[in-house]
Amino acid sequence: MALSRIVDSPAAAELTPRAAGAELRCAGAWVLRGIAGLEQRLEALQWPRAGELMIDASAVTAMDTSGAWLLHRTMRALQGRGRAVQLRGLRPGFDAVLQLVAERAGITRTAALGAPGMLYRIGQASWRGLLNALGLVAFLGEAAVLLARSLADPRRIRWRAVLHNLQSAGYAALPITGLLSFLMGVVIAYQGAEQLARFGANIYIADLVGLSMARELSPLLTAIIVAGRSGSAYAAQIGTMKVTEEIDALRTIGVVPMELLVLPKMLALVVALPLLTVYTDVMGILGGMVMARAQVGVTFSAFLDRLGHAMTLSSYLTGIGKAPVFALIIALVGCYQGFQATGSADSVGRQTTVSVVQAIFLVIVIDALFSIAFSRFQI
Amino acid sequence: MSGPLDPAPGAADIVEIRDLNTRFGSAVVHENVSLTVRSGEIFALVGGSGCGKSTLLRETIVLQQPQSGSIRVFGRQVIGLSDRDALPLRRRWGVMFERGALFSSLTVLENVGMVLHEHTPLSERLIDEIAALKIALTGLPQDAGTKYPSELSGGMRKRAALARAIALDPELLFLDEPTAGLDPLSASGIDGLVRHLRDSLGLTIMLVTHDLDLLWRAADRVAVMGEARILGVGTMQELSRSEHPQIREYFYGPRGRAAREQAWKQR
Repeated sequence: MALSRIVDSPAAAELTPRAAGAELRCAGAWVLRGIAGLEQRLEALQWPRAGELMIDASAVTAMDTSGAWLLHRTMRALQGRGRAVQLRGLRPGFDAVLQLVAERAGITRTAALGAPGMLYRIGQASWRGLLNALGLVAFLGEAAVLLARSLADPRRIRWRAVLHNLQSAGYAALPITGLLSFLMGVVIAYQGAEQLARFGANIYIADLVGLSMARELSPLLTAIIVAGRSGSAYAAQIGTMKVTEEIDALRTIGVVPMELLVLPKMLALVVALPLLTVYTDVMGILGGMVMARAQVGVTFSAFLDRLGHAMTLSSYLTGIGKAPVFALIIALVGCYQGFQATGSADSVGRQTTVSVVQAIFLVIVIDALFSIAFSRFQI
Repeated sequence: MSGPLDPAPGAADIVEIRDLNTRFGSAVVHENVSLTVRSGEIFALVGGSGCGKSTLLRETIVLQQPQSGSIRVFGRQVIGLSDRDALPLRRRWGVMFERGALFSSLTVLENVGMVLHEHTPLSERLIDEIAALKIALTGLPQDAGTKYPSELSGGMRKRAALARAIALDPELLFLDEPTAGLDPLSASGIDGLVRHLRDSLGLTIMLVTHDLDLLWRAADRVAVMGEARILGVGTMQELSRSEHPQIREYFYGPRGRAAREQAWKQR
């Protein structure tokens, strides 16, 4: 700024008592860079209780809006206490800045936002949770209606998008899901082998690995990985499109956003997740088999022979059967949270996080419900 | 208070660009471009879309590198400066981006206050007060400070971006398309604001624009860019008398004529 170009001495202010009242001598460059120490000094000044107050600003060498604000604030505080303050000696250029600041200061008020109370926050969080649950149910309904309509008229389904999603959510997930379930098989066999060896029941390692992988671990593990991989991607993609108004653009050109963005993902994932689960079943059992041979000397042929007796078709199918339900949850939650994004880049990130947490939470809850149902009906 | 009160010795030219050459691959963006921005003036850069105005601005504020030439700001060569070396210069200028570039996770007050937090040791309270003052200086209503950028209209967002640009009381202000995407009423509000800031705070302003009204109302001098060169520099009156076919095309197209007549009427 032209007025603050010469920054020679830092801003200073000194109070000297006078016969009647006091005089504050201001000096130096009253600019943003120079006023750091001045703030405390001005607040700590001991103004006399009575008499005329004078501010002499003839030694001020530079002034910008921040410096002017400090001066204005000091004067206003004194005037607020009913004291008369006189300012003199301010150069005409600085005078204009001070006047500008004083003019604008009338409409300057930092709105004090009181922190909401505990009860308020609990209420707000519950209300938000309730709305969120209702929204998800409504979203599920909307998706179901659209799905029914699309199935009645399969030409409406965007097959290209379905195939693309099948590739990105299914095929591309093969390496990571395969590796993790293999390791999971290794871990289970390792933990179980020790215990079984004590009873000389080495061969039952096949039962342990086979049943636990096929019934529980592999569908759950796959669903959690896919929720982290694809569910988050759905939320981020739809959220970004919402923020950049692409969703609105779709609507104006007569495309139902749900039909283009949600249905293909849902259909693709409902196909992809069971297939992935079959694959992770195989990889997990393979891991257990390798570990069983290394740890307790069960040969591959003995392991597979025992596996055939241990695993029934129903225990295999109960595992696979859960996968489409998990797929629906992941796709629905991911897309729903994406649509909840508003306005900013920040909210896209937040909704993406929420989508993953919520999808994993719901997958585990539903899995528990499945377990209860299966044991009730003795499947 | 327009015009320099205390011109520092030898610094009458705030920005000085000499023989600048920029190429993107085989596309020539700038070919021997030279221009100067003087202290205390509102200098506008105009030209058709894609003529390299914004690139020139980005090169001046050290966000992009030209192939050759020299750009001096406050007398210092800025080409090739690292972010660390550019910092002392950057503290002396403010930049307002075309789309505002306000941080979407912060309120307007926090957006302005953040700059002060980064660069000054002032107390929380004083920073809030100064930030509120800057917001008031740009003509935003007092409740705008607590709002998030996504809750503001286009015009208000521009003003908020301007408030952040003047947070450190800069000597020099760069404005990229300050009126783009605004309705005529908001745009003319920005015209007035730009002049007001220069007149009351003694800023030097360099702006890039398409807006002919803004040129007539606010700019002291204008440089017209085209064919990767500066086609002409001068006041709007001088340029409107230019014989250069492209400058004539620019100022005497249907919109140019309307803006000029409007400007004459107001005089």
